[in-house]
Amino acid sequence: MDRDGTDALLAQVREAATRGAALRIVGGDTKRFYGRAIDGVPLATRGHTGILRHDPAELVLTARGGTPLAEVETQLATHGQRLPFEPPHFGSGATLGGTVAAGLAGPARAWAGPLRDYVLGARILSGDGRVLRFGGEVMKNVAGYDVARLMAGALGVLGVLLDVSLKVLPRAAAERTLALELDEAQALAHVASLTRGAWPLSASSWIDGRLYLRFEGSSETLDAIAARVGGELLPDCGSFWASLREQTHPFFAGEQPLWRCTVPGLVAPLSLGSVPLVEWNGMQRWYRGVAEAAAFEAAAAVGGHATLFRHHTGAAEVFTPLAPPLLRLHRELKRVFDPAGILNPGRMYVGV
Amino acid sequence: MTPDPALLSDLRAALGADAVLASPEACAPFECDALTAHRRSPDVVVLPRTAAEVQSVLRACRHHGTPVVARGAGTGLSGGSLPVAGGVLLVLARLNRILEVDPRRRLARVQPGVTNLEISVAAAPHGLYYAPDPSSQVACTIGGNVAENSGGVHCLKHGLTVHNLLEVRVLTIDGELLVLGSETGEAPGLPLLALLTGSEGMLGVVVEATVRLKPLPERVELLMAAFDDVRRCADAVGRVIASGIVPAGLEMMDAPAMRAAEAFARCGYPTDANALLLCELDGLHHDVERDLQAVETLLRDCGATALRVATDATERQRMWSGRKSAFPAVGRLAPDYFCMDGTIPRRHLADVLQRIGELSQAAGLPVANVFHAGDGNLHPLILFDAGEPGAVERAEHLGAEILELCVAVGGTVTGEHGVGVEKLGPMCTQFGSGELEAFHAVKRAFDPDGLLNPGKAVPTLARCADYGAMRVHGGKLPFSHLPRF
Repeated sequence: MDRDGTDALLAQVREAATRGAALRIVGGDTKRFYGRAIDGVPLATRGHTGILRHDPAELVLTARGGTPLAEVETQLATHGQRLPFEPPHFGSGATLGGTVAAGLAGPARAWAGPLRDYVLGARILSGDGRVLRFGGEVMKNVAGYDVARLMAGALGVLGVLLDVSLKVLPRAAAERTLALELDEAQALAHVASLTRGAWPLSASSWIDGRLYLRFEGSSETLDAIAARVGGELLPDCGSFWASLREQTHPFFAGEQPLWRCTVPGLVAPLSLGSVPLVEWNGMQRWYRGVAEAAAFEAAAAVGGHATLFRHHTGAAEVFTPLAPPLLRLHRELKRVFDPAGILNPGRMYVGV
Repeated sequence: MTPDPALLSDLRAALGADAVLASPEACAPFECDALTAHRRSPDVVVLPRTAAEVQSVLRACRHHGTPVVARGAGTGLSGGSLPVAGGVLLVLARLNRILEVDPRRRLARVQPGVTNLEISVAAAPHGLYYAPDPSSQVACTIGGNVAENSGGVHCLKHGLTVHNLLEVRVLTIDGELLVLGSETGEAPGLPLLALLTGSEGMLGVVVEATVRLKPLPERVELLMAAFDDVRRCADAVGRVIASGIVPAGLEMMDAPAMRAAEAFARCGYPTDANALLLCELDGLHHDVERDLQAVETLLRDCGATALRVATDATERQRMWSGRKSAFPAVGRLAPDYFCMDGTIPRRHLADVLQRIGELSQAAGLPVANVFHAGDGNLHPLILFDAGEPGAVERAEHLGAEILELCVAVGGTVTGEHGVGVEKLGPMCTQFGSGELEAFHAVKRAFDPDGLLNPGKAVPTLARCADYGAMRVHGGKLPFSHLPRF
């Protein structure tokens, strides 16, 4: 489907700005749980949809914010390409705009880098009803401040994403997943030894006493790696990694609070009284049923941060609180792009 | 202008008299960066040794309402660290310590005055390196790299500065310390590290950077291909990338650039060809082998007239030497040259090169092209003789036409050199008043009084009105709502 809904979105934002009425930006409504709970009249972006440009030789794709993420991924796969950061959908209707606004990455994050690394340009609708275009569709661009990249993970608080241009990359020639029986500390040490070399380790995860390692490259490379790493070859590895990315793995079931701790990969197991699911070479560790203050403190103590990712009914803060000068700056930037404070107000922090 | 005595005394009290230069003789060496066409001797130069001293300088400048311009090694190509009238030049070269190289965590923590290459040298014993490699890497500092989001020849695969930064410690004009990013590269809140990178010293002053180190590749191969037609060479660039191979470097030179480089470096380039492509592949042994075979076949299919794979590291270095010395080599062809820095979508390479040739002919000024073809980042070098009446103006006009062409095909006026003072005019072509106003507002959020590197990177709307008056497009005047002077 190809439909330009800019005018309709513009009219709704201008009308809300006049009244100072909060809007809740909604794509596929698949990530409603993420961020602080907010009220607001839904601003639906799904009517603003369509892939605008994708020339495989450019390694760039530009699409409207309401374009289904699945459509984007199918388009890329048809040409042997992918979104390297492996974004989660968290439901069937996920949109490209919502994906960029959430700024989340899947199992490949430690290998491919975060989503923001792939943002080249964005056309946004600001909270005072202006259509602004930042960045572009080229790999190198230092004209003006990198406001397009600032939108990655901004949770829509600075603007509605009308179009986004992303750098894309070829798919791996082949992938293989090996599994080894190790405890958490052993698994962290093992991954650390692998990441010191030039191994094409495209994902790693430790869960239920097993370390899963996903490698990519030519089949000769993968044969050589399998011979050196050992372990058991995991059949149907695609569905295993998808179950982590989409949080359909049994670890994520139930209504207990889900915490995401992002810490330096070499940090020893955190003593939070709960066994984690570890990803990203030790950098991302998921915990269930941990007290709010304990998670924030434990992550901060080792130079990381924590997020109350799901099931946070009643929590005041879901993201690690910012240092006062940084919070002030966030509020200033919010005022630059959304002076009336109507776009997803408070979804990130109070006043942001 | 005579420096404010109260400011001078505050600076001397904080830094010691030897770290504050105020005489015209002492300040003169800091009058420009590598864009030597713009010069202005600073009134005061300060040379702090610690982040705490940088903080004192910023607080003093804020207190006295004095503009302050940060500078690293002064290798910038756009006048980004050109001193401003009545301001302080904050030289960060003395903050030059590598604080930590940790092979286990694969990172280096450095002060802003450490040079780009020093990081890779310090990491090399661990089999690691810092990937971004701007051509000035021997001299340019990491603080300047952050300010400019510096690139190099390996960006397509290994990223720009922004992709290789983990955490940056920044002082605001108030002297407040902001920690942006983190060791993991993940941090709560907005991705301010990305916003700061490439902000040309307008938002804050970098006092420490933590960068990602990468393992040195197991195998590197360099392939040189000659073409008798620029268009065929440009098309080959797109074919290589569309085939699913991401080369570590993909560089192109046209005949004038290649011949000049060969005459300068004696690196074995085929001077009878009309275009030259250098394609570097790196990675694991088997992967590089497979890609090398694929690229060779592809380039032959695309009409390469000669192909050569470097047999060893020595030959590889020799083949690169011509490309890396292309700017000084072309510089010998004429008394003066301007180096442009536009980026375009790769599919327009052939057409844009042809159009640049036509514009060059019309202007009566030769242009040599040497560029990062894989990124679509062009460096047309406009040759002229500043001694010839009107030549500078004609060269500037041709440069502006080339940048406008880049914008017209969906590109940008600067890929990696920055806007500085040089491209303030062309910025008006790329952005409308809404975007420019937003940039100014972002600056105010960090620096309400506009004291950090004022007048750089983002043109005022009034300036764009003047620029538009000079350069009317299709009879339509941009910024028509603004008063004109």
